[in-house]
Amino acid sequence: MTDTPSLRFHVPEPASRPGGKPDFSNVVIPKAGSVRRPEVDAAPEEMRDLAYSIIRVLNRDGQAVGPWVPDLSPEDLLRGLRHMMTLRTFDARMQTAQRQGKTSFYMQHTGEEAVSCAFRIALGPDDMNFPTYRQAGLLIAHDYPLVDMMCQIYSNEKDPLRGRQLPVMYSSKANGFFSISGNLTTQYVQAVGWAMASAIRNDHRIAAAWVGDGSTAESDFHAALVFASTYRAPVVLNVVNNQWAISTFQGIARGGSGTFAARGLGFGIPALRVDGNDYLAVYAVARWAIERARRNLGPTLVEYVTYRAGAHSTSDDPSAYRPKSESADWPLGDPLLRLKHHLVTIGAWSEERHVQAEAEILDTVVAAQKQAETFGTLHSGSKPSARDMFEDVYAELPPHLRRQRQEVGV
Amino acid sequence: MARMTMIEAIRSALDVSMGKNDDVVVYGEDVGFFGGVFRCTHGLQAKYGVSRCFDAPISELGIVGTAVGMAAYGLKPVVEIQFADYMYPAYDQIVSEAARLRYRSGGDFTCPLVIRMPTGGGIFGGQTHSQSPEALFTHVSGLKTVVPSNPYDAKGLLIAAIEDPDPVIFLEPKRLYNGPFDGHHDRPVTPWSKHALGEVPEDHYSVPLGKAAIRREGEALTIVTYGTMVHVAEAAVAETGIDAEIIDLRTLLPLDLDAITASVRKTGACMVLHEATLTSGFGAELAALVQEHCFYHLEAPVKRVAGWDTPYPHAQEWDYFPGPARVAGALRQIMESR
Repeated sequence: MTDTPSLRFHVPEPASRPGGKPDFSNVVIPKAGSVRRPEVDAAPEEMRDLAYSIIRVLNRDGQAVGPWVPDLSPEDLLRGLRHMMTLRTFDARMQTAQRQGKTSFYMQHTGEEAVSCAFRIALGPDDMNFPTYRQAGLLIAHDYPLVDMMCQIYSNEKDPLRGRQLPVMYSSKANGFFSISGNLTTQYVQAVGWAMASAIRNDHRIAAAWVGDGSTAESDFHAALVFASTYRAPVVLNVVNNQWAISTFQGIARGGSGTFAARGLGFGIPALRVDGNDYLAVYAVARWAIERARRNLGPTLVEYVTYRAGAHSTSDDPSAYRPKSESADWPLGDPLLRLKHHLVTIGAWSEERHVQAEAEILDTVVAAQKQAETFGTLHSGSKPSARDMFEDVYAELPPHLRRQRQEVGV
Repeated sequence: MARMTMIEAIRSALDVSMGKNDDVVVYGEDVGFFGGVFRCTHGLQAKYGVSRCFDAPISELGIVGTAVGMAAYGLKPVVEIQFADYMYPAYDQIVSEAARLRYRSGGDFTCPLVIRMPTGGGIFGGQTHSQSPEALFTHVSGLKTVVPSNPYDAKGLLIAAIEDPDPVIFLEPKRLYNGPFDGHHDRPVTPWSKHALGEVPEDHYSVPLGKAAIRREGEALTIVTYGTMVHVAEAAVAETGIDAEIIDLRTLLPLDLDAITASVRKTGACMVLHEATLTSGFGAELAALVQEHCFYHLEAPVKRVAGWDTPYPHAQEWDYFPGPARVAGALRQIMESR
């Protein structure tokens, strides 16, 4: 027998559980404007500190401060606010539609709207996102028709995906939005491959990969970083850290490493951490990383520090695993309210105009919903035919599928 | 025409395809500078440059995952998995991604890629260099699965696979790389230069996916097989003198069911032969189809001959491998039962 103590098994636990007091003391938040902005072509090893900090632009007083203040006009910001408001309203309507039995499933973005909405504006029109299920802002901020999104959610006769995919698993090549997979992180390494292809072709387009904090634990994430680093692929590797992977707190995937951004350092990939609830900061960091990719300087890993204010999906109840008030205590606030506050502060917006915009946006979303519902919902009205089920398995229907389709009689 | 080994034929298919189409990109472990552990990509990097043929990190997931992205971009990646046994880390990317991209995006994105992998045993490779995982691909909707049995087909089928709009799994029986191995491991290897199907056109041609070949016409029974086992079947037929018809499937999916049914209806008996493990193997599918489509023509039960349901052993390789003696025994058994 040895005289050392017996081994102990370690399982990390979040700071608080239901019934407890929310505790975000472990989330160290630097003052807005305090984090430096390196040149885009700076060497990765000269900015390792940025993987452990949080880049922020909007301060508590609603002012944009520091070296990361982006070149966005009040009109640009108002457009961004409108995108986020549209996404939030869209979420509310679709969440309710699911509760009404009009579809099987829905996933909201509440609290994370700035990440995808601001990123889309920073990206070029021909670039390609490889998103997860919580980046619908990439479509909304690119003016993809709300009706088409809803038809997909309803799996109705106008569903662009012909009823084959779970709700919110959109796909639109024309809008730089790669088909969403329900198998997490698979798209991360595909984004790197797409970017490698663009470089092989001496193209100018770049790719953006998306993943949540929890699924960085998949080997696809590691493989993506190896390939991105090795071939210096023109890709932005986004990690949306919303603190919760269904019921599992981010410490389970992160393990002993300080931050998810720090995962990039071992690969020689510059890694930035940004306030994901700060529209201006997200935009500024996205622009920086996109420019690096575009200028052949290689990949950048960006961790967006945010909070999933809602449930994981319509099948989830967060009160079973985290304090009810945790969302209200999240120290980085609400992205929509923060941008609104900023616009009011600079005199570009007012409470009255905001209320009016809310009403207009609700009208727009409701009108889209009514139109979508004329094409059917999951359990009523028109839907894709059983014949559609057999199409697109291959470019051409092979004999065995032809026989099976005949058996169905369609 | 030239005399080629299967390795040379595969290399020629890649060369012809890369020369014809700038979108064709070849990569994998040891594939670039060195030209692959089996030499199938030898010389391609020198000829087409590092951006068309390059070495990949040891990550099958990464190789296939990036290839899915490249294919979605519009390139035509032809990637090599060093041994089919190493494929498993990439399986999610193959099954959930490559195979379903066209379907789940409503045709918005497609995934025209080819994944080459050496398969099968007979080289004392033990359980991690000998497997035949074809049934893991034929069970997946959205994939095409090809297994050539000779240099002529290998080149023509690989070109067809590269020109196909869907993801194709291209399984190369590694024991056939250098000659038509008939299972007689204790005899000298016959080189492809002495085999008619080692005669290969140097230019572009293709062998269509989904069309079987009749390697030997016969009346007594039908042997449905593919890959290395085509040659084992030929040896067993020669040694028993049983007048069997031998069908080389070439493509498992899409399957040339018409060729199988036409033959079995003629002969009235069928043996299904593969090297992969028996249970839930592709032979089970073949046997079921023959039963469904030819039941009233069958004069004997469909017989399956396959690898035993064990991991591929090392020292016991020739006890495991369904060689000519086992095939001959099964042929006699079918004939006796009629």
